[in-house]
Amino acid sequence: MRGLPVTLAARDVILGVEGVSLAFGGVRALTDVSFSVRRGSITAVIGPNGAGKTSLFNTISGFYRPRSGNVVFDGRSLAGTAPPERARLGLARTFQNIALFRGMTVLDNIKLGRHAHMRTGLLDALVYRGRARREELELRAEIEERIIDFLEIQHIRNAPVATLPYGLRKRVELARALAMRPRLLMLDEPVAGMNREETEDMARFILDVKEEWDVTILMVEHDMGMVMDISDHVVVLNFGQVIAEGSPAAVQVDPAVVAAYLGAGDLGRRLSGPEAA
Amino acid sequence: MRIGTLKTDYAADEALFDTRLQKLLILLACAAAVLFPFVASPYWLFLACLCAINVASATGLNILTGYTGLVSLGQAAFMSVGAYTVAVLEIHAGTPFLLNLLVGGLLTALVGIGVGIPSLRVKGLYLAIATIAASVVLHFVFAHWPLTGGMQGLSMPPARLFGLALDQPFQLYWLILPVTALMVLGAANLFRTRVGRAFIAIRDRDISAEVLGIPLLRYKLMSFAVSSFYAGLAGGLWAYFFRVVTPESFPLVNSIFYLAAIIVGGMGTILGGILGAVFMTMVPELLKFVAGLVTPFYPDALALLAPVRTIVFGALIVGFLIFEPHGLAEIWRRIRRFFHLWPFRT
Ligand SMILES: Nc1ncnc2c1ncn2[C@@H]1O[C@H](COP(=O)(O)OP(=O)(O)OP(=O)(O)O)[C@@H](O)[C@H]1O
Ligand SMILES: [Mg+2]
Repeated sequence: MRGLPVTLAARDVILGVEGVSLAFGGVRALTDVSFSVRRGSITAVIGPNGAGKTSLFNTISGFYRPRSGNVVFDGRSLAGTAPPERARLGLARTFQNIALFRGMTVLDNIKLGRHAHMRTGLLDALVYRGRARREELELRAEIEERIIDFLEIQHIRNAPVATLPYGLRKRVELARALAMRPRLLMLDEPVAGMNREETEDMARFILDVKEEWDVTILMVEHDMGMVMDISDHVVVLNFGQVIAEGSPAAVQVDPAVVAAYLGAGDLGRRLSGPEAA
Repeated sequence: MRIGTLKTDYAADEALFDTRLQKLLILLACAAAVLFPFVASPYWLFLACLCAINVASATGLNILTGYTGLVSLGQAAFMSVGAYTVAVLEIHAGTPFLLNLLVGGLLTALVGIGVGIPSLRVKGLYLAIATIAASVVLHFVFAHWPLTGGMQGLSMPPARLFGLALDQPFQLYWLILPVTALMVLGAANLFRTRVGRAFIAIRDRDISAEVLGIPLLRYKLMSFAVSSFYAGLAGGLWAYFFRVVTPESFPLVNSIFYLAAIIVGGMGTILGGILGAVFMTMVPELLKFVAGLVTPFYPDALALLAPVRTIVFGALIVGFLIFEPHGLAEIWRRIRRFFHLWPFRT
């Protein structure tokens, strides 16, 4: 069974992944992957280790060029669009292994997120008058008021990221993604390695981002409790193929999904929830 | 002593010199720079000009290597482009010196962009080799092109301001120092904006920089352009200072000198470029002084100066890389921190 087939009106779809296949030499990381992300939803991509989730994100970001298939963002094909241009269109993401700039402060890391939407050129920058100054001060004020307060990271704004604990780094990376003015926010394992409390905080932030920022969320996550709690739609990958998709409740009892996770030991237990274990 | 800083608004927080102590220090430094020529001997003025020229060039290299992470051993060759441009313009066109400097800088920036094109593909050692190759090519061109006077090089007239020839260190000081100060200020400004942040992002993790919307090639070339623009200006100042430009004026070892200056001073900090360039310019003078002291007891001391100088440079680079990788700038920060908290914590 392929879960519930979902048909969406074209204008409801913010991201369409259409028959994407990707291979690294002989390794088939993705095979004919197709699914749609509904505007304003939280869509989760789950699957055992090595299923191809991060590869899927990298294909959507434009790092990897699919062997076949296409990614459509907001009705526009992204084929031939370089990663920086995709960022400018409103595709923002965080990384599974956190890709903050260690030599910079939290504030500078967040400011970097806005790069694509700023206009300051080299000459403006050298003199730091007029546009450069105005743009920087506006950015600073907006980051302070909308992002730093929202994510409760006032106390670390001037700290170098290298000094921060893991959970806070994940939060700073989310802050930087928010500074990108995202329309689709892709989170690769946002709560991996977090304790219960940190996970709950992050889940709350993700829900708030969706509500208050009008941002669609596509996330990869292994924490099934969190996936089931906050997502509207779940896509299940296994060995690079979509084996099911649908509502969290439907996917959880899908035999194909259960079978895929049974082979995955610990994850199988996580899928059925800690109580059942 | 200074306890905490109370920031009233973001503009104050984003300012270049944000504490009163910093502002005071800068004012004092400016005042000292203005008074210096009136009290210093020509020898010290000569050294001050040389330091300023080296600060300008090292700051440029710091933008490329320290901030953007692209290692270059072509800074001296880039300077030669600026120096020759200024000399040719001064000899054949007689245009105003500020214009000549600017043209020299821009032309060097173009050359820098050309040399930087491989930087999208090659990094680290390979890029360094590519910049050495470019240096060799430039040397060859200058040594054989009739316009640049072959191996003899070019002797040029001094810069002129309202008919007055700027040919003494005292007069040149007023040309070189302000230009260098503006260049350093420009570099500091750069890193308050998205352009400078993009450079640092490329240095730290170029792949995720791309996902943040930073086109790598464009910014790498921009970094090469700014850095070589700085080298070109510094080379132009050098030409006005020495007034003879030959193919041997800017040997490869000078490129190593600038790299050493930013390593010793502190890569990726504006202060590092300044401190490193001044320090490295003064080391040979210090050695000369020491050699002078020991000559009465050891008459061959002066002959040993050149090899000792090279050894000391090498030792400084290795020493800083091992014991103080963040350079003199970090030592300065530690001193400041000490006095901020003093006498409460030492
Ligand atoms: N750059 C690469 N080069 C070669 N093979 C790769 C590369 N990236 C991923 N793979 C392979 O592709 C497959 C999918 O990996 P991917 O990282 O996308 O999995 P994942 O679902 O994100 O796993 P995890 O849950 O462990 O993060 C794996 O077999 C992996 O070894
Ligand atoms: Mg992954």
